[in-house]
Amino acid sequence: MTGIAGHGPVGGHGFTVPVLQLGDVLLVTLQGELHDGMAEQLQQDITARISHSRVTGVVIDISGVEIVDSFLGRVLAEIAAGAKLLAARTVLAGMRPAVAITLVELGLTLPGLWTALDVERAMELLGVTTRRGEGSP
Amino acid sequence: MSVSEENAEREPVAYQVSAFLERRREQIAQRWADAALFRTVFTVSRDEAVEAGRAVAAALAAVAASGRLDDIRASGFEAVRDQLGRMAASRARTGTDPDGVANEVAALREPATELLRAEFAEPDAPEAHEAVLALTVLMGTLRLVVMETTVSAGEELIARQREQLHEVATPVIKLWESTVAVPLIGTLDSARSQVVMESLLDAIVAERARYAILDITGVPTVDSLVAQHLMKTVAAARLMGAECIVSGIRPAIAQTIVHLGIDLGTVLTRSSLADALAYALSQQGVEIAPLRAVGAAADAGTR
Repeated sequence: MTGIAGHGPVGGHGFTVPVLQLGDVLLVTLQGELHDGMAEQLQQDITARISHSRVTGVVIDISGVEIVDSFLGRVLAEIAAGAKLLAARTVLAGMRPAVAITLVELGLTLPGLWTALDVERAMELLGVTTRRGEGSP
Repeated sequence: MSVSEENAEREPVAYQVSAFLERRREQIAQRWADAALFRTVFTVSRDEAVEAGRAVAAALAAVAASGRLDDIRASGFEAVRDQLGRMAASRARTGTDPDGVANEVAALREPATELLRAEFAEPDAPEAHEAVLALTVLMGTLRLVVMETTVSAGEELIARQREQLHEVATPVIKLWESTVAVPLIGTLDSARSQVVMESLLDAIVAERARYAILDITGVPTVDSLVAQHLMKTVAAARLMGAECIVSGIRPAIAQTIVHLGIDLGTVLTRSSLADALAYALSQQGVEIAPLRAVGAAADAGTR
């Protein structure tokens, strides 16, 4: 079970957020706005993926998200909580400074989530090395 | 009748004072040069003080000639306004408060009125009193002019310093690979903590930092509001994937935090910036050892 294994289950209608699998890590890239239906579909996709294959970590890349609200904050927290029940850690990667400030002002500090500067760091955090022959110190 | 008569009488008095100031300018300037105000401003040479005194006396004479003894906007003052401003500013720089400057200006009155009294054959004559009174009013106006220039100079200074304060507010320093620090100095209000948060988060992205140290050694007091700002900054840094360490909590501040019941349990703290850096380095697997020990080990190895 290696490499990129297809997209998540087809949602049926409209856009779905692609869920990529890299080894035993799921990579979800959020871009632009996340609507209610998409959020629900994404939650289902992720939990289904985790239980089907032996996934130990979920990386949610939100570097393409410029605006967050309490809804997105709640969805992220729920995804993390669901993943944790299935023994997978969720790492939120690539949050923009403006987004971080907005979340903190809203009082959403997302205590249950791990965070990382970008996807590479997130992979590192989950124990997947993406370095190319650099040799750690 | 009385009003018009008074005005008719006052006009000549003002001219009289003006003429006196013109005539005795040199003497007045010499006496003023010995007064505290001129003596302390023009420390280098007495000639300069005399020159300044002459200019002020001439300005007063011009104001008296225009008959507007109690008008601080009288055009006669314009010529010396700059000079008075500089003198007041120089007194302020040496730490004299506005009260002191006002008193020093008030002290200029006595030498001038003395000279004026001496002009009259009978010092107790009504004309003499009139003239001295007019001069007193004029000197009072001078005092007001000095105070006004002092106040406006103070306002300029405050405006300039406010700008400077914003400029020097918060540098973010790269301490090590993936480690940045912000030394916070001064009171943390919400506007400043917003600036701190923004610059810290930008630095985290730019330096790809894993550890961010907030050093509060220079923060005089920590109340619940400041603590809240700190916690927000820590939370925002964490959301960006960096671990935040708060360092430099002085014993008194630690006690205040405990007394106020502020829960900093979620915040990683170290007592000094050095400790915080040591923590960040050890977490990254960097170890710092004195060179000598390494040298000694090498020596032991070769022998």
